[in-house]
Amino acid sequence: MRRLALVAALLALAALPLWAGGSFYVNIGSQILLYAVFALGINVLVGYAGLVSLGHAGLLGIAAYAAARLLNGGYGHLAAVAVALVLTLAAAALFAALALRGSGIGFVMITLAIGQIVWGVAYRWISITNGDNGISVSGRPSPLGLSLASPAHFYWATLAVFLVALGSIAILGASPFGASLRGTRDQPRRMAALGYHVWMIRFLAFLLSGFWSGVAGLLFLYYNQFVSPQGVALTASAEALLMVIAGGSGTLLGPVVGAALVVVMKNVASGYIERWNFLLGAIFVAIVVFMPEGLVPGAARLWRRATVAWTPRAAVAAPGGRPAP
Amino acid sequence: MLAVNSVTLGGLLFLLSAGFSLIFGLMRIPNLTHGSFFMLGGYFAASLIGWGVGFWPAALISGLLVAALGGAVERLVLRRLAGAELAQVLVTLGLSFMIADVCLTVWTGDPVRIDTPRGLAGVTALGSFRFPTYRLAISLVAVGFAVALWLLMDRTRLGAMIRAGVDDPDMARVAGIRVSRLFTIVFCLGAWLAGFAGVIGGPILSVYPGLDQEMLPLALVVVILGGSGSLLGSLVGSFVVGFLYNFGQAMFPELAYVVLFLPMLLVLVVRPQGLFGRPAAG
Repeated sequence: MRRLALVAALLALAALPLWAGGSFYVNIGSQILLYAVFALGINVLVGYAGLVSLGHAGLLGIAAYAAARLLNGGYGHLAAVAVALVLTLAAAALFAALALRGSGIGFVMITLAIGQIVWGVAYRWISITNGDNGISVSGRPSPLGLSLASPAHFYWATLAVFLVALGSIAILGASPFGASLRGTRDQPRRMAALGYHVWMIRFLAFLLSGFWSGVAGLLFLYYNQFVSPQGVALTASAEALLMVIAGGSGTLLGPVVGAALVVVMKNVASGYIERWNFLLGAIFVAIVVFMPEGLVPGAARLWRRATVAWTPRAAVAAPGGRPAP
Repeated sequence: MLAVNSVTLGGLLFLLSAGFSLIFGLMRIPNLTHGSFFMLGGYFAASLIGWGVGFWPAALISGLLVAALGGAVERLVLRRLAGAELAQVLVTLGLSFMIADVCLTVWTGDPVRIDTPRGLAGVTALGSFRFPTYRLAISLVAVGFAVALWLLMDRTRLGAMIRAGVDDPDMARVAGIRVSRLFTIVFCLGAWLAGFAGVIGGPILSVYPGLDQEMLPLALVVVILGGSGSLLGSLVGSFVVGFLYNFGQAMFPELAYVVLFLPMLLVLVVRPQGLFGRPAAG
């Protein structure tokens, strides 16, 4: 049953360009998937490691800017992508070394400050980043000879990347490393007493999360064919964090649902209201105050409550039996 | 000239970050709406002055309006999330976006200038140097507030209670101090200081969208440098940041923003609790 649903979902996703009706919707699908990759990466840190970052747009930005500079410098796509990812990993290692000096709120503050540094560089270091005007790149790559210029082709490529990200993070979550990562989130002292190197586990989680942020940055660059300081700003970090928290941090599919929610809302809202930021802030406040565990676990909880309420009393109160899960 | 500008910016930053630091020290949360309070203070004063109110009354009233808003935020929103520090931080972030958007709607995207108060325009000669009078005035105001805050914290009963709350909130509660009321008082005070700073900073910086996001990291840096909950830390941190910002801008214009963060990184590596902060208990 589960497997059937999975296959059906995959088929529906893969066939989206055929049934969505128009490249506008296909592009929204690509946006959702690229932000889902970003949110999945952040969730490794926020959800599994319990370290909330407000600077991840900086990592996304480093990948996007590095690739844009290299592409405009005449390098090929493969070289640009590889160097951008290596640079992002190096930056992530540096950020992690600094941010892991603190935990909890300290970690949030340091990542926020680092994110603002990256934004400051993108905005002010005009000779490298072209300042507020941003950098455009022309052309998307053609891996294996398939051009990604059309919305549908780009969507399929993004879907492939997304599935790799989802699969690898699912495997990670179920692995011993995932278990030890959750251990450092819930009981850091006990984990240390048990002989786990808490700092190293968190550091590796930061690197992994940085890697997927970098991948998302490359998708972002190729999707928009443009990058500017706006993509690196605190708002972008907050938006991505909202996706994770809204969907449900620490769950596998939560960030994906959150990404879909935020992207759809952003696109729908922009048709009616002039600015998105007020709504973004309001949703943020509402979710934190009323549904702190996120939509996916929150909906699951409501569903459980509903099913319990609907089952006949006798079945629920059966001796030794627990309410249906 | 550069030194005067640095002292002026340092003074403004002190007003901004003293409240930020107290809130952080007491409530254990960085209040991410603090930059918005600064900006709102400036906008309120600009409107009040536009309606014919004098500069200094406008500064006081704007501060009070911002303080009232801060009190409402603390009572109505943060109070509901007591104990969930992360949720509180995220709520203040969400609120800062909302405030920024409302400001953009009300005061439009164009920078709003606040005129230098009459009597303080022009320059003053001190020895062989000539300084803009208004910048000197800001420095004096900041020094005055530093002394007043120090007296408040060090010499009054309220100050003693706040210090007790910063050091050990649970113990303070047991000793009969109503810590939750302190939260409101400190939050209002911090918001007032931020709003007031936004007004007196207006003639130098003017008020524009994005000012909030520019000031907030500065306050963060000051507090990371100086240590949370420490007045002396905010004072020293503010002037360090003020000098770095101005000299950085003169020497490496494109990298001024990065130069600003270097001492913060150094402090984090060498002394994570900040120069004047105490290591976290336990």
